[in-house]
Amino acid sequence: MIEVVRKGNSRPEMVINMGPQHPSTHGVLRLEVTLDGELVTHVRPHIGYLHRCFEKYAEKMDDYSKVTPYTDRMDYVSAINQEHGYAIAMEKLLSIEVPDRVEHIRVIMAELQRIASHLLAVGTFGLDLGAFTPFLYVFTEREKILDIFEKTSGARLLYNYICVGGLMRDVDEDFKKDTAEFVRTFRPKITELQDLLSYNSIFIKRTANVGILPEKVALNFASSGPVLRGSGVKWDLRKNDPYSIYDRFDFDIPVGKGEVGTLGDCWDRYIVRVHEMEESCKIIEQALESMPDEGDVQQNVPKKIRTKPGEIYSRTESPRGELGYYIISDQSSKPFRLKARTPSFVNLSVLPAISRGSLMSDLVAIIGSIDIVLGEVDR
Amino acid sequence: MSKTTQELFDYLNAAFPEAELLHESAALGDSWVSIPADAWKEIAKFLRDDQQMRFDTMMCLSGIHYPDQNLLAIACHLNASEKGYKLAIKVKVPEDNPVIDSVESVWKTADWHEREAYDMFGIEFKGHPDMRRILCPDDWEGYPLRKDYVPQDSYQGITTKYTEVEESHD
Amino acid sequence: MGLLDKKYHDSNIIIVNLESALNWARKSSLWYEQFGLACCAIEMMATAASRYDFDRFGIIPRSSPRQADVMIVAGTVTMKMASRIHKLYEQMSEPRYVISMGSCSNCGGPYWEHGYHVLKGVDKVIPVDVYVPGCPPRPEALLEGFLKLQEKIMNETLVEKKDPAIEKE
Repeated sequence: MIEVVRKGNSRPEMVINMGPQHPSTHGVLRLEVTLDGELVTHVRPHIGYLHRCFEKYAEKMDDYSKVTPYTDRMDYVSAINQEHGYAIAMEKLLSIEVPDRVEHIRVIMAELQRIASHLLAVGTFGLDLGAFTPFLYVFTEREKILDIFEKTSGARLLYNYICVGGLMRDVDEDFKKDTAEFVRTFRPKITELQDLLSYNSIFIKRTANVGILPEKVALNFASSGPVLRGSGVKWDLRKNDPYSIYDRFDFDIPVGKGEVGTLGDCWDRYIVRVHEMEESCKIIEQALESMPDEGDVQQNVPKKIRTKPGEIYSRTESPRGELGYYIISDQSSKPFRLKARTPSFVNLSVLPAISRGSLMSDLVAIIGSIDIVLGEVDR
Repeated sequence: MSKTTQELFDYLNAAFPEAELLHESAALGDSWVSIPADAWKEIAKFLRDDQQMRFDTMMCLSGIHYPDQNLLAIACHLNASEKGYKLAIKVKVPEDNPVIDSVESVWKTADWHEREAYDMFGIEFKGHPDMRRILCPDDWEGYPLRKDYVPQDSYQGITTKYTEVEESHD
Repeated sequence: MGLLDKKYHDSNIIIVNLESALNWARKSSLWYEQFGLACCAIEMMATAASRYDFDRFGIIPRSSPRQADVMIVAGTVTMKMASRIHKLYEQMSEPRYVISMGSCSNCGGPYWEHGYHVLKGVDKVIPVDVYVPGCPPRPEALLEGFLKLQEKIMNETLVEKKDPAIEKE
């Protein structure tokens, strides 16, 4: 449905609808775009097409541990990080200590999931802009990671593996060998991806100087993750507010530098993700070396969680940004209120501010570079 | 050097002695600062602009329903990125007249978070530029996350209930 | 046994019954409309990618419902989305088929009990041909769903009107 709006003596503007079914919106997102010719003057996002009542379910489940499968399904591309965040929040609230072996396995799985999530983000970003080959190459690597997850937890996409206090089951004896082998064969693939996509002149023309997000605007909108780091702000919760055992590892935080365009454009956000995959490989190697070989992963898992009244806000770094869980507990074994502060919900609100004056096709590049997952936006 | 909630509360209380601020905590977890609804917007601006505090980011704004006290509340979590401070704030309002000032002009994050609190709890935010539902459809009835919510039977002619599958006929 | 009645090295005439030819043509190139809603969409993309290739069956993705034969409803359908799905189904031209992929679109899935905004099964708004169970279904399961759909298409006749919502009597 196209609507033509004429304001006074100005040129008529068109209001077009993009979505909810659209190949480039990464899910069910509806955008009401006001265009002056080919230039975008205003974008109004409409969300809620995937609202699955996660917070209501958290209040109705019999036990805190039964909420974990629903946290998986919020950001389905990086399910382990969601479970990790929830487990850390509950362990902080109840002051549960987790054994060292469990922490190491959790960190390795979280970083593998980070690589898988960034691979998907980068592949679909290229696909949106017309590059089909990197998508296929990237999915081949992703399948190898999903094989490791399947051997460990039994599922390819939504695992229900990290539970409050420990893990669902221990890893098998091939885990260390498989993961080390994967990291060894993955590093050259990052170089291959750089050759294929990052410095390709068409890709640069479509993403450099597009969707520039200044640092002050990013902070005021509370963006996080690669969206914030692409604007030059060195803020990563794994270093600035460390959780789990991340303070033991040596890794760098890549930030955007405006290498091929302006600081804070789509290319910067993309290249931050590519460099983050390299840093995750470093963390995995260090964790594999220091992982204790023995230990019971179930020893601190409570049989039934009973709490006293209290509340906590705990945040972790998911591949898309800051994932926060705000949990209010009462005397029972169910949460009184569980709010998930998801990064994509907050990052998407930046869209109207950075797409003014861009072309219609740049809008596709901007959405792809913010990397939203609608399950997280709508919960 | 991070500061605790007690230190931040003392500084805030000294700046706003006439507003009745409270520092509350529970058996587990973090403590928070309770602010009355009429002082909220002024204190929000102070938290963002004051040189000692510089809370430039609002991480999260959630709605809460306390049915046994007949109160609705918002819980706001703030972050000062330069200094590394974190602060949790609660503003409570009565259930029959839930109106709070909007802080969208202070932190842009509040725009969508306040719309969600309106959608899920029915809290109205005075001064918000676009107060309408965000997750549920515009013609949805009721406020889903309230404790006494009963889902509607059907929406636009489609049933919302899960009906049992009929017996198989072979 | 097969479609060919007479070898065609003498002449360029193939004698076959019309239904078989039409059904064979339809099942061999089912173009699906990319309608990924939630988690199942990722598995649908994985099925179309390099390891579990869709293209070898002649199945390729199309962005517009007007160019598609099959709609794969992959993911949770919400109340807000229900009327849009109905509109998209009406925009597809016949012969059209629907595959319901995953628990959520089969019957509401994990959200069946307290999900006030979740539609308990996409068959409340559109008729479904094949249900693929799983949460999410493995790519092999989705391929099996397509093979079942191909079997169903091979059994179609031109004489009676196709009614996909009817179960076997």
